[in-house]
Amino acid sequence: MSTATTSITTATTAREPAFTPAATVEPLWVRITLITLALSFSALFLLLPLIAVFTEAFRKGWEAYLMAIIEPDALSAIRLTLLTAAIAVPLNLVFGVTASWTIAKFEFRGKSLLLTLIDLPFSVSPVISGLIYVLLFGAHGWFGAWLMEHDVQILFAVPGIILATVFVTFPFVARELIPLMQAQGNEEEEAALVLGASGWRTFWHVTLPNIKWGLLYGVILCNARAMGEFGAVSVVSGHIRGETNTMPLQVEILYNEYNFAAAFAVASLLALLALVTLALKSLIEWRMHDTSIQFVPEQTS
Amino acid sequence: MSLSAPIINNSARVGRVIPGFHLSLGFTLLYLSLIVLIPLSAVVINTLSMTWEAFWKAVTSPRVVASYQLSFGASLIAALVNLFFGTILAWVLVRYQFFGKKILDALVDLPFALPTAVAGIALTSLYSVNGWLGSILQTYGIKVAFTPLGVVVALIFIGLPFVVRTVQPVMEDAERELEEAAASLGANRLQTFLRVILPTILPALLTGFALAFARALGEYGSVIFIAGNLPMVSEITPLFIITKLEQYDYAGATAIAVVMLIASFIMLLTINLLQAWTRQRASKPRN
Repeated sequence: MSTATTSITTATTAREPAFTPAATVEPLWVRITLITLALSFSALFLLLPLIAVFTEAFRKGWEAYLMAIIEPDALSAIRLTLLTAAIAVPLNLVFGVTASWTIAKFEFRGKSLLLTLIDLPFSVSPVISGLIYVLLFGAHGWFGAWLMEHDVQILFAVPGIILATVFVTFPFVARELIPLMQAQGNEEEEAALVLGASGWRTFWHVTLPNIKWGLLYGVILCNARAMGEFGAVSVVSGHIRGETNTMPLQVEILYNEYNFAAAFAVASLLALLALVTLALKSLIEWRMHDTSIQFVPEQTS
Repeated sequence: MSLSAPIINNSARVGRVIPGFHLSLGFTLLYLSLIVLIPLSAVVINTLSMTWEAFWKAVTSPRVVASYQLSFGASLIAALVNLFFGTILAWVLVRYQFFGKKILDALVDLPFALPTAVAGIALTSLYSVNGWLGSILQTYGIKVAFTPLGVVVALIFIGLPFVVRTVQPVMEDAERELEEAAASLGANRLQTFLRVILPTILPALLTGFALAFARALGEYGSVIFIAGNLPMVSEITPLFIITKLEQYDYAGATAIAVVMLIASFIMLLTINLLQAWTRQRASKPRN
């Protein structure tokens, strides 16, 4: 079977000059129409909203923009967003690495079930992601009475916001790393272990350098979602100005108060974060693409 | 045969050589249970304490049925629009060279990276009567912001990358030889597309469509600003859950959440089956 395919491929390559490029390329008018359609659609649905954010943010000038950002409630929202991401991202990073080590390096029963369960938070509506913490920690929730007794506030406070954020960003790192580690196999780790390296040493010096770009990729996506999450956080936050408002919630409050310029000023910071995320993501993709090209000949030989 | 024996030995030994199985599996399961499984089970267990009549009444009230219709209908339309334009975008990105291609490729992920609330207020300002697009559409008598059409626009925005990013890699891997063969046998370009290319990318197209649809069903942040949120008209199901919560009707909110979770699980199952089909279709020519 394989020899037959090879001979066919060589046959086509040999006859290739006989094919005019036109045989597998669309006529010029089709190409131009498709490119125009793609560009117009992207301009309408992707570029225009992005431009609108920055235009609206600077509508009242630089000064108003700066004032909106250094306003105490806005600053406190920025601080809370940074704090939330600073806790949620490392937690899910540790989980992501451990989960992908388990799934990629070992064979065990129930692996595909575990994979599905890890992806679960992606298929749950953000509103439900918030609701579950209300059911657990709310006044009438499972632990509500106990928490009240011990004067611990989770819901409508910072811990609730962090928990909801951890939930919605749960799969990001694991989902990037699992396919990557599965593709890399166990040979390098086995070699290190056979040569006498300890498990940790093998992880730090063999596994980690191999997965670093994928890891960074997952962390960047995880961070973008952690800072930008709205639905889940909105349910558990309680919307206390200057205390439990993250940046997206602050955008909502300002917008609903018809303070559009200030709303878009805070929104523009989040849009900037999105642009930085996209830029880093593209950079890593090119980087990973380069390394994968380098690795291919080694694997086949 | 002589080759397969050492490979089996090798894989049997792997489990013993690589350390940390019990530690890493234990931590994974513990963290998964604490963060995802126990909290999610709260929804199910809270619903079990409701009587069937109360549950049924909560999930079939006219207002919530209207919200199902809007969420389902708008998600379906948005996913179909994304299926069409997403396929064109993926095709253009894979097959053609043009100015700004790399930027366009990066921009496709914007809906993943841009916080939904930001997308929501940006789209609202564009499509409101005074906005750049809204004022143009107004002259044709079309209102987008604060109508169900606005919901569709927001859902198109957030669903777009799913179709493009699912179809793009399959198109990249598609074998050009098959297209050449079709051309050499006398097929024109449209016939080649319909009979050779489309069957190859069909599972990926359906997966992308299902992913965009599933995401749209649960979407909240980008929709609530542009929807207007009129009960019975432009109120999506996730918003109705929030309304119930604000009225302290936890049972009602949980009951509707269970309906949404069931819908999500059906979509998750469908997507898993479609992805298995995609892999099977993709691996066929190589065997």
